Amino acid sequence: MRKYILKRILISLVILVFVAFIIYLLMRCLPTSYLEQVARAKSMQPGSKSFEEWMEQLAATYGMDQGIIPGFISWCGRAVRGEFGDSWLWTVPVTEKFADSVWISFTMGAIAFFFEIIIAIPLGIIAATKQYTKVDYIITIVALACFSFPTFFFASLLKLVFSVHLHWFDLGGLIGRNYEQLSAMGQLLDKANHLVMPIVTLVVISIGSLMRYTRTNMLEVLNADYIRTARAKGLSENRVIYHHAFRNTLIPLVTMLGGSLPGLFAGALITETLFSIQGIGFVSYQSMRSGDIPFAMFYLVFMAILTLLGNLISDILYAVVDPRVRIA
Amino acid sequence: MAEPDEKAQAAIDEALAREAEAQAGSEEYSLSDDRRVKTLSPTALVVKRFLRNRVAMAGLIILAFMFIFSFVGGVVSPYREDQLFYRYDDQNKQYAGVTRNTDFRYITENDSDFPSVARAKIVLALKSGEPTFEAGDITYRYEEVGEDFYAIYAGDGDYPVALATYNTVSNSLSNDKLPFAFQYAILLAATNGKTSFEYEGKTYTIDEAGSVMDGATEVAYASRYVIRAIMSDVFLTRMFKEQLVEAIDAGESEFHFTDEDGVTAGYTISFDSATQGWSVMRSASSKVFDTYSPPSWEHPLGTDRNGMDMLTRLMYGGRVSLYIGFIVVFIETAIGVISGGISGYFGGWVDNLIMRIVDVFYCIPSLPIIIILGAAMDALRVDPQIRMVYLMLLLGFLGWAGVARLVRGQILSLREQEFMVAAEATGIRASRRIFRHLIPNVIPQLIVAMTMNLGTTIITEATLSFLGLGVKFPFASWGNIISDVNETFVLTNYWFIWIPAGVCLLSTVLAFNLVGDGLRDAFDPKMKR
Repeated sequence: MRKYILKRILISLVILVFVAFIIYLLMRCLPTSYLEQVARAKSMQPGSKSFEEWMEQLAATYGMDQGIIPGFISWCGRAVRGEFGDSWLWTVPVTEKFADSVWISFTMGAIAFFFEIIIAIPLGIIAATKQYTKVDYIITIVALACFSFPTFFFASLLKLVFSVHLHWFDLGGLIGRNYEQLSAMGQLLDKANHLVMPIVTLVVISIGSLMRYTRTNMLEVLNADYIRTARAKGLSENRVIYHHAFRNTLIPLVTMLGGSLPGLFAGALITETLFSIQGIGFVSYQSMRSGDIPFAMFYLVFMAILTLLGNLISDILYAVVDPRVRIA
Repeated sequence: MAEPDEKAQAAIDEALAREAEAQAGSEEYSLSDDRRVKTLSPTALVVKRFLRNRVAMAGLIILAFMFIFSFVGGVVSPYREDQLFYRYDDQNKQYAGVTRNTDFRYITENDSDFPSVARAKIVLALKSGEPTFEAGDITYRYEEVGEDFYAIYAGDGDYPVALATYNTVSNSLSNDKLPFAFQYAILLAATNGKTSFEYEGKTYTIDEAGSVMDGATEVAYASRYVIRAIMSDVFLTRMFKEQLVEAIDAGESEFHFTDEDGVTAGYTISFDSATQGWSVMRSASSKVFDTYSPPSWEHPLGTDRNGMDMLTRLMYGGRVSLYIGFIVVFIETAIGVISGGISGYFGGWVDNLIMRIVDVFYCIPSLPIIIILGAAMDALRVDPQIRMVYLMLLLGFLGWAGVARLVRGQILSLREQEFMVAAEATGIRASRRIFRHLIPNVIPQLIVAMTMNLGTTIITEATLSFLGLGVKFPFASWGNIISDVNETFVLTNYWFIWIPAGVCLLSTVLAFNLVGDGLRDAFDPKMKR
């Protein structure tokens, strides 16, 4: 088992190096005129460094003066030590801005994840146990509709109904206008109030695939021989489904959910942007829009690490949870 | 007894007729004849299963509608994608400003005769009732010559150097200043309620409103209201001023005025408490872009912010979204099938290498990369059409990993089957074995995956266009039509701009997913129905 995990980690590291290389290549492939344009715009700002200094900094951080391979190695060396340079847009070290913004994203993601699980899994199970009934059709269609909703359209509809017409929530932002005057409890509630619509958006958008996934796996289990045996023994339907079938459905579910845990840190680029919540998604979106190369590079690598970590966790969990899978 | 008999007879007749119909054109088979059993090819079974799936059929109907809407609609629509519409709009322009005098105005022959120190002093003198006051080295005296009208003399002079009054005297014929003596004469007459006076040998009449007439022509008028035109090329006529003052006195906020050329225009008057004056807006009709016009017969979904027909934009937008979806999915599938096929068929180090490449592509965060490149293309002002090509290529090259995994997984199990042994035994080339014998067996799964991918690609494209990084103006796409909603006033006021596009997008993607789901069920031989 340990050997398996070690092997997976090593493979992931190799993949990460390649992904980082592609990301680095991409940055090097950006037309120089674009970088110069951004640097020039930066140097125009009051109290900013001169254009030459910006370009020098860029060249130093990414080894622009060297060839692609040596440049990549020197950039990697610095990245491993956590030196990603200073963000151009936020004028603080990249890692500092990241630490500032990642927690709100995580909070949002975690709450949404929780609701997603408690809504989608039971519905998926119900749909599977009542296959081809009206309930199943309704759940399937709802799941596909959620899955098909473009985030921005759903978020706009929510805004129209709940902020424009009902005035329940603000259109965007994390804190209200009179935030500073509120008590500690009031501040917390104010933030919670502002997070309702983004979280609802996140839940609705992601609920569909989990619902479908649960249903498919539950159906597979329900068609298994041991379920027939359990029924033949005369067990009650409840016991068959929630004791025998559900436990076995948990194997793929746990694997998948475990794999999506790192994704909680990834932030929701579109949702955060639409509701202007300064999470990692919105912050990096603004950075990428304004040509903040250091932050964008960091974000790309960060996203790649999260994906790899997710795959790794789900692979390992699969081996741990399912006793039939034993890879030497 | 007769009735049931009739019924039974009818039933028998019907059954016979049906049988005859079924056997028409064919000989009668014996009971054990195989031809009596209707057999269906696997494809026919799939089609049958698919047709019986009502949800999937609904999806197919939506898709058919969307295709007709997008591809035929654009041809049928009387407008072009980028045709601009205009309308005549009443635009309010600042026309004149009116202030009512509450302070003294000083009229002087030349300003140096009555400096500002003196102007301040006279107010104090008037309050305290002193008949004289000093300013600089000169002693002034004043004399009340009319109602709220004072003539000010310097030293022993017997002709006033300045006049202090609440009224102003304006020239009715031009914007030139009137001579001091003439103004004095007018004000004397006006403030003392006289109806006529003489000046330089001519007799003028003055009416209650303050008009000074030379015979039938008006030469000047005196009023407590100061009216000036905002634009220097506009001359305000006496008639206009009179009507304006009347409207202000009556507390009206609107009036109409017909000028000498017979042009009638509406004017709105609003009081501004900050300047203690009224501002007059003239509404004049001018040609503007017909932006955000509500749904009407000419424009069933209104017009957008550029004054283009929304419904037509929607049709062309659908075309763009579908085009991009299909091309991207085609690129994805092509790369995925080739790499997955090779990888699955050869196995060993080839498989290992290709699958690691797939892993790498799986990890590349595609949305952020497209955002970065989009921002760079924005800065470099890449042509919208070329941009669209780049977008499709990028989406395709970043999205093939899933297809490759799917194809490889299927081929791994397929290549162990007997028909592959047979294919190998015939000695055909490896490429032929892969693409003629293996890939066709993956097609069911591929079709399902492609249908689902179409949905996701359309969403991705719409998201990018929504962010302003995908399809750009002047091209329409459902995503960039909705992006107007970023303006809060569109979100709140103009539902017809963004809701129809959103509904189109949602229903198309949903339809692709429904059809994909239905196809998956239909292809699955284990399905009970």
